[in-house]
Amino acid sequence: MAGATTLNWAAAAHADTAARFETRDATRETPLVKWLVLGLSLTFFAVFLLLPLVAVFVEALRKGWETYWTALAHEDALSAVKLTLTAAIIAVPLNLVFGVCAAWAIAKFEFRGKHFLITLIDLPFSVSPVIAGLVYVLIFGAQGWLGPWLAAHEIKILFAVPGIVLATVFVTFPFVARELIPLMQAQGREEEEAAIVLGANGWQTFWYVTLPNIKWGLLYGVILCNARAMGEFGAVSVVSGHIRGQTNTLPLHVEILYNEYQFAAAFAVASLLAMLALVTLGIKTWVEHRAAHASRDETPPEALQDAAS
Amino acid sequence: MSIQVKDICKQFGDFVALDKVSLDFPTGELVALLGPSGCGKTTLLRIIAGLEQADSGQVLLDGDDASGTHVRERQVGFVFQHYALFRHMTVFDNVAFGMRMKPRPQRPSEKQIRAKVHDLLKLVQLDWLADRFPAQLSGGQRQRIALARALAVEPRVLLLDEPFGALDAKVRKELRRWLRNLHDELHITSIFVTHDQEEALEVADRVVLMNQGHVEQIGTPEEVYRQPATPFVYGFLGSVNLFRGRIDGETVRVGEDVLPHEANELEHGAEVVAFARPHELDVVPDAHSDAGVAARITRILAFGVTARVELDGLNGAGGQHFEVELTRERVAHLNLVEGQSVRLVPSRLKVFERNGTTGASA
Repeated sequence: MAGATTLNWAAAAHADTAARFETRDATRETPLVKWLVLGLSLTFFAVFLLLPLVAVFVEALRKGWETYWTALAHEDALSAVKLTLTAAIIAVPLNLVFGVCAAWAIAKFEFRGKHFLITLIDLPFSVSPVIAGLVYVLIFGAQGWLGPWLAAHEIKILFAVPGIVLATVFVTFPFVARELIPLMQAQGREEEEAAIVLGANGWQTFWYVTLPNIKWGLLYGVILCNARAMGEFGAVSVVSGHIRGQTNTLPLHVEILYNEYQFAAAFAVASLLAMLALVTLGIKTWVEHRAAHASRDETPPEALQDAAS
Repeated sequence: MSIQVKDICKQFGDFVALDKVSLDFPTGELVALLGPSGCGKTTLLRIIAGLEQADSGQVLLDGDDASGTHVRERQVGFVFQHYALFRHMTVFDNVAFGMRMKPRPQRPSEKQIRAKVHDLLKLVQLDWLADRFPAQLSGGQRQRIALARALAVEPRVLLLDEPFGALDAKVRKELRRWLRNLHDELHITSIFVTHDQEEALEVADRVVLMNQGHVEQIGTPEEVYRQPATPFVYGFLGSVNLFRGRIDGETVRVGEDVLPHEANELEHGAEVVAFARPHELDVVPDAHSDAGVAARITRILAFGVTARVELDGLNGAGGQHFEVELTRERVAHLNLVEGQSVRLVPSRLKVFERNGTTGASA
């Protein structure tokens, strides 16, 4: 999962190479190999990716549009949508800020424990989300470390919205940071140094120099972060308590409906998540396109030589 | 503005980048910091700018200790080797950046900024590129824009870190001349770092030679080239032939061979290294002389105005390579051919005691 999150800046350049490779006799493979490889991957794609996506919509609409709308308009479903949006609206900006800070610290400064921090950022990717949820239960639960104190002050974290937000923040933490660290490391410190020498203060340097340079990577990270925040199941499931209409997010709502044999309703709600995924993919493709465009602009056209000046 | 550095020390881990370096940069001069990579020259430049902190020692700007002054307030212009232009801004916005970042009370109006930017772009002769992005410029153009950007904040000193290092040879040469003219026009105290001796000698008023964190010699280009103070400087500036030997009265003995050498303060029997530039050596066909070092011609390159003769040392100088520059007439006159055994006789020889820096010229 982690490996799939890096923005492919060079996609455009590769397309040219592939075309050239294919059209030349000297480098071309036999048609048999070509169609075998293509066939295999397309079949796999159809069976494992496309089929489930189609199935979601087919199952959702099996009992007609009316059932579909009823399932979506049900107050539990609406409250699940609301909670999912709330969690995402809190978690994504938080991780945006944390992610930029962490990436900034790692890319621009030398300090002890830097490698440890980089490893730590990946923790949410490497640990099972269920464990992440259990950790929160251990800390904030009634028998947990802070449980008695929280109970005494009547603060509810577990089985309430704060718990769900915390779990979401934890699970989605790496997306923005992981996207930005390699990008900022590659860009180095020189432009920031130039800005400081020219008299810019820290905030001006960040706002006018650093941020414009990382905006596409940042947007990409935010999109992935958002997709995961809305779709997270494991960690949220552990801390939510599954109280209908109160602590159910969309994925949890789907599970409940499914367990109650309301298949059409379950798939109807699931189709919402599927559409979210499709929209995310659409935006992601657009960002990739823009980023590739931006990075292509940065390769110098050496045609404009000094002779022209 | 004058710049002084006093006893600057800087270490990166175990690596000593600067070891008690003290230098004076008088107002209005263009000074080159010259040395091989890793000699500490860039570190020194960055310490003067404030981008790096010295472990100990002082930087005095106009006589005032700048150690506590933030980079922003030092009023230095810095030009980076890889330009460091803001890639998402147009050339115009790049140059205007410094003025726009000023606190509101000191900030010029947008109209003044516009006028100033166009003046600067005219100064670097790139007025027509104002709306381009850095990626659309060639390397030489980018570096000139970077210079305009640095000048926009009216710095008191200009620091250039290998400004032409990333450019190809032809553009380097052009920009070298251009930078010199610009300095003659503006007379702003400037320090530029380079590892290219030709560049330093050609552009600078004074050259500071650095090696392994030390200053080896300071002087005008002519001084450092004509009278190198240390073996390092001799070897670094231009190509050079080296002989290892022992002082023997009025000669330097290299194995069984003898190089003529005038008397000096070096003791009899002292171990020495002697240097001669390619044009300070003459080739004498073996039969005529027993003075000089025996060598065999390996290659004669006669395509230029002068001919270059490459030789392998024989006898005492065995295993060494030499390079001699002769006029083509001389080569023709001597009938030199490849494979011939000859003797090398220096017209001028600079002798240093080995492991020491005491020098004496012949």
